[in-house]
Amino acid sequence: MLTKRIIPCLDVDRGRVVKGVSFVDIRDAGDPKELAAFYDKEGADELVFLDITASADARDIMIEVVKQVSEQVFIPLTVGGGLRSVADIRRMLEAGADKTSLNTAAIENPQLIADAADFFGSQCIVVAIDAKGCTDEDSLGHPKPGVDPDLALDETSRWQVYTHGGRTPMGIDAVKWAKRSADLGAGELLVTSMDTDGQLTGYDLELLRTISEGVTIPVIASGGAGNPQHLLEALDEGKADAVLAASIFHYGTHPIGEVKEYLAKNGMPIRGKPKA
Amino acid sequence: MENRPQIAIVDYQAGNLRSVQKALEKCGAAAIATSDPEAIRQADGVVFPGQGACDSSMRHIRELGLEGPIKESILSGKPFLGVCLGLQLLLEESDEGDEACLGILKGRVRRLPAGQKIPHMGWNQVDFKLDHPVLKGIPAGSYFYFVHSYYADPEDESVIAGTTDYGMNFCSAVAWDNVTAVQFHPEKSGDVGLIIYENFVKLVEQTKAAGVWR
Repeated sequence: MLTKRIIPCLDVDRGRVVKGVSFVDIRDAGDPKELAAFYDKEGADELVFLDITASADARDIMIEVVKQVSEQVFIPLTVGGGLRSVADIRRMLEAGADKTSLNTAAIENPQLIADAADFFGSQCIVVAIDAKGCTDEDSLGHPKPGVDPDLALDETSRWQVYTHGGRTPMGIDAVKWAKRSADLGAGELLVTSMDTDGQLTGYDLELLRTISEGVTIPVIASGGAGNPQHLLEALDEGKADAVLAASIFHYGTHPIGEVKEYLAKNGMPIRGKPKA
Repeated sequence: MENRPQIAIVDYQAGNLRSVQKALEKCGAAAIATSDPEAIRQADGVVFPGQGACDSSMRHIRELGLEGPIKESILSGKPFLGVCLGLQLLLEESDEGDEACLGILKGRVRRLPAGQKIPHMGWNQVDFKLDHPVLKGIPAGSYFYFVHSYYADPEDESVIAGTTDYGMNFCSAVAWDNVTAVQFHPEKSGDVGLIIYENFVKLVEQTKAAGVWR
């Protein structure tokens, strides 16, 4: 039986993992290689590296990080952040990434999804969608200039797509964008609620379920995990195929082993800890 | 003189070969990704990987003149490992396209049944049914990483080495003589996946030492 995937997400800035990771048995908590190997041993089903390096001239550092990590860790590795073109994606895949995650660039140029899927196959194209619940004003529907009318918010819209870490509203309906991304050739969607992200109060289950039921490709839930029950809810009520989390793993409050045990006990198909 | 076994990874522009190469190197082999027919003929072992669409892949294989070398490798008796699309293309034809596949195995590549998420993406179990040197030592109930929308349906059931459940029981591994091919990605399946590459590299060393092929 296909198992639900548990995915730690690591933010990387200039080659260093940021957002304090606190483990006793890690010598250098900022070293992506060490953390990737640690999570692999803990039973992570995949890894996501998000490059949050702001300066473009430091971007190449991420290529080096991916090369080093993929030499040692043999589970799927997704890299996102700052990928703007087919050439950017190619460099990441050649460095050893298995999938690349597209966000802003895909919204600005949806053809990038189709081109990348044609070149490399859908299986390595993840579209990341940052969504936030619509306010009353949003749902009145003032299409932004340049937004495809088929994707624009309307009176039925419940979530809007944001970019730049939830700061920039795009005037695009998140559910419509999810379906469009799938149609264009995305192999998977990474859905983050900007309302619940960082809150540790649970995922936005309505958002997840609506998107997951609207597409036939897998959906990764993101944003809001504070305890193992939240992950269970995302997989169960939210109908997600995988769950991504950062803080609960990084701070060691709920190690992956504990989370997996909890999910398995509650009836979720889960891959057991790999044998040493 | 290079003492490590020389393994050719067939490069026909079907996806990322880096992780296959890294897994082989970790297991002690000298691995090169190549689309040179002669390099494939000279190699001690051949890995035939691949992700992507059947039609464009078969066209690339033919344009690059690789159909012959791939078939010769299989017939020569040297160890041959197909991965993902590298399993599917061993059959005759595919639901996914119109191009004839390699036709090493009688049978068709079919689309996974509707009613669940497609692609079948993630970790699933393989029920191994055959003893084969490349598939030995794998703990029962182990999980492997899958990403695919189609599956191989060989007519000859005696080559089916493993099956996996996803809405149906499909063939996830075949093996006979010098050939092993798997639908999952051993190079993405953690330590248990590396067992397959270790076994494969060992078999390459043994057949090279014994001069079994050529």
